[in-house]
Amino acid sequence: MSELMQFLMSGVTVGAVYALVALGFTIIYNASDVVNFAQGEFVMLGGMITTFAHLAGLPLPLAALIAIAATAAVGVALDKLAIEPARGAPVVSLIIITIGASIFIRGVAQLVFDKQLHRFPAFTGDAPIALLGATILPQSLWMLAGAIAVFIGLWAFFTRTLTGRAVLATSNNRLAAQLVGINVKWVMTLSFALSAAIGALAGVLATPVTNTSYDIGIALALKGFAAAMLGGMGNPKGALVGGILLGLIEALTAGYVSSVYKDAAAFVVILVVLFAMPQGLFGSKTTDRV
Amino acid sequence: MTTKRATLLILAAIVIVSPFFFPSNYYYRVGSLIFVNALAVTGIVILTGYAGQVSLGHAGFAGIGGYACALAPVHLGLHPGLAALFGAALSGGVAWLVGRPILRLRGYYLAVASLGLGILVAMVLANEAWLTRGPDGIEVPDLGLNDALEAIGIDIRNTQFWYFFSGLVMVVGAWIALNLHDSPTGRALRALHGSEIAARVVGIDVARLKLRAFVISAVYASLAGSLLALQNKFITPDVAGFMHSIEMVTMAVLGGAGSVLGAFLGAAILTTLPQVLTVFQEYEQILLGLVMMLVMIFMREGLLPSLARRVRGREK
Amino acid sequence: MKTLTALATLAALGAASAASAEIRIGATISETGPAAFLGDPEAKTLEMMVEKLNAAGGINGEQVELVLYDDGGDPNKARTFATRLVEDDEVVAIIGGTTTGATMSIIPVAEDAEVPFISLAGAIEIIDPVKDWVFKTPHTDRMACAKIFEDMKARGITRIGMISGTDGFGASMRKQCLEIAPEAGIEVIADESYGPTDADMTPQLTNIKNRAGVQAVLNAGFGQGPSVVTRNYQQLAVGLPLYQSHGVASKGFIDLAGSGAAEGVRLPGTALLVGDLLADDDPQKPVVAAYVAEYQAEYGEAPSTFGGYAHDAFAILTDAITRAGSADPEEIRDAIETTAGLAGTTGVVTMTPEDHLGFDLSAFRMLEIRDGGWTLVD
Repeated sequence: MSELMQFLMSGVTVGAVYALVALGFTIIYNASDVVNFAQGEFVMLGGMITTFAHLAGLPLPLAALIAIAATAAVGVALDKLAIEPARGAPVVSLIIITIGASIFIRGVAQLVFDKQLHRFPAFTGDAPIALLGATILPQSLWMLAGAIAVFIGLWAFFTRTLTGRAVLATSNNRLAAQLVGINVKWVMTLSFALSAAIGALAGVLATPVTNTSYDIGIALALKGFAAAMLGGMGNPKGALVGGILLGLIEALTAGYVSSVYKDAAAFVVILVVLFAMPQGLFGSKTTDRV
Repeated sequence: MTTKRATLLILAAIVIVSPFFFPSNYYYRVGSLIFVNALAVTGIVILTGYAGQVSLGHAGFAGIGGYACALAPVHLGLHPGLAALFGAALSGGVAWLVGRPILRLRGYYLAVASLGLGILVAMVLANEAWLTRGPDGIEVPDLGLNDALEAIGIDIRNTQFWYFFSGLVMVVGAWIALNLHDSPTGRALRALHGSEIAARVVGIDVARLKLRAFVISAVYASLAGSLLALQNKFITPDVAGFMHSIEMVTMAVLGGAGSVLGAFLGAAILTTLPQVLTVFQEYEQILLGLVMMLVMIFMREGLLPSLARRVRGREK
Repeated sequence: MKTLTALATLAALGAASAASAEIRIGATISETGPAAFLGDPEAKTLEMMVEKLNAAGGINGEQVELVLYDDGGDPNKARTFATRLVEDDEVVAIIGGTTTGATMSIIPVAEDAEVPFISLAGAIEIIDPVKDWVFKTPHTDRMACAKIFEDMKARGITRIGMISGTDGFGASMRKQCLEIAPEAGIEVIADESYGPTDADMTPQLTNIKNRAGVQAVLNAGFGQGPSVVTRNYQQLAVGLPLYQSHGVASKGFIDLAGSGAAEGVRLPGTALLVGDLLADDDPQKPVVAAYVAEYQAEYGEAPSTFGGYAHDAFAILTDAITRAGSADPEEIRDAIETTAGLAGTTGVVTMTPEDHLGFDLSAFRMLEIRDGGWTLVD
């Protein structure tokens, strides 16, 4: 019993990271249908900038704020300098652009920062919290709370605010959105800023548990992408549930089956989801325009 | 002269004439890598350029092809050359199994499924150490062709042999791809690329055509993986890695996913870039990322078609 | 007569200037990619040492030029760069191959071209069986296992759990440890693994903790994994001795794991980590002290064990070229093979035609982390 509890706790810890990355994918995807492969780099920037600002003597909360703001600025720059000029290009080209951006950001990061692993202290100490015979780190609860908060924020944003609905409208039909007076350019810029900020927040919350270095982005992006697919691309609820579920699947695989194929679980899940229910758990069916 | 004949002549000329300008054996090595990559990218041209599908896991097939050459000779007693064909058949089979249900769907699903597939292949190659000897890699037996040539009096260095052999395979691969382009299948594929629904309306079995393109491109990637393994005489699971898949797609899109010559150009640029940039080693990744973004922003169809259009525009 | 002397002097001068033509040494190292953690200090070390050597007048009056390529840890690239080094740059020796995969890809090139190659990777396959042109400086993984098992036996531990990374380093060490465990009298009764970028290993550690009879845990891995394992180990309050591998032997590991969680962790390390604690008559003491001081001054950080591997490779090579009095690859190879009593950071190296590593288990020191620093166990 305590064994199962520990596996679940582990799953939630890891799942919260995946959920945060998956949530970051959601907004850009909603606004533009683009899967942003640089999302993992946003997480890396969040962790690395916080680390170095903290090392430079800034208090942790201030360092984290700077990191989130700076990463959001990187997101805006990515939109303005690379995505906007490529307007109208097929989605494949846009995906290649985001992959190029991820390689570019990684290259800059290893030059500006370094190639070592880094970590900063957990927000509220490292003393494990005992729960039903298992233990969980306080930082894991921070991560989980962060993921849920972001989810609620996004949900409210997309359903309760005009701007959020404008984002969804833009994704559904760009031309129609423009016709009803939505500033499509601004919506895109906003989406990139938000996605980047959420990615950076994920980096800030997760670094005390996962460590960070200039090249953690790819692995995170792949897992976060798998989580988003599992939940249903573009749906915040799907991203949250998909992320946690993926974490749990991995932890239970590692605990009960084999730790060697724990990482395979994510990708087996992708294939199974595609075969059985291609829209993911919460995705909606889309129709094709002629 | 048809585009097809012109493309083949240009490729053959490049293979034959370039060595006259090579200052050292190292250039043969880079050349043969370009040809191997161009072969894999020709497969991507069929999948992406003709059929409009994206794969983010083709390195997985290269991994299957490469490890087939390492393992089949030892465990099945196959000649390394036959092992490459065995790997190609295996890759085609896997592509068929995965592609069949996926390609009934429209959208990105192939990209996602192939991404998962590619990573799973890399994982199996790294983890099943009893068979593959794990992440540190495994030796690959010699193809023996170079020795056979030596026996009949043609004595060339190993790097030179692999340069010409890879070049030959690449030209044959291009020839097949160009023939496919002009075949009924190719025409139907291009129709489908234009508008899938329109293609469906005129009675084209869209799913089957896309599946055919996916299987053929998997075979290309597999053979490229085999060629690489055989010339390196050593292979590691890295060959199946995600970044390698990305590299293949990037080469195709960079050069021009719609044209075989574009595939060659893309492969040539991305293969030589890290060699040229060694002076700016620290900036290599930055420059690579920058090139990818700039080409996609300013030359959407890829370098070759964009340049060709510009030249033609000037003539008018 | 005078003219003759003048002519002779001129000739001698000419010969001297010809002799001061550069000696080219090649290196292909994983400065980026998944093994950048290892390759980065290696490359920095080589650059620093070449600069220092040239400032001091080079080898036998000849300047040394380092041709350094970054293979990103990709074995295929490593092979291409090795080909470039021997065919195009015409180097007289190659240092590199940060990972075992990269090393194995370089070996055929070095053997074909008959250029001496000193590898910086761990696996025993590199030098066993002995290859004419291939040497290496790091301990083999097998030696790390043996050293750890020796320490376990001394503490009366015979039944252990293992948790290994699935990357090349972890997989290779796991294999070697499992192979020699029976003869060392150690029984591995739990065997878990984790991916190189994993964030949480509590499920695997829970399984090991719950396996009846486990007396200690050994973690084979480098980079990110071991620090997470160490933190999770404390989180679960496993309470058994924890052993790490030589792959984490750097100050960075203690910082990353947190000194609280790392307290009491034992691992086999090189003299490099405990320079201050070495006996004054230890031949490695001055070498280690000099290297650490220079590296610290140049880059503002402490060098890692991996940088030490590159240091030793370069020291062996310069020593061999000096003794050979020639930069001919074959003569360099022969001289490397007769290296005797050369104190490096990793061990005191004495090569023979049968031994291309040149030191034994005694070069490893069993270290324990106490109060956020290293202490010697034996």
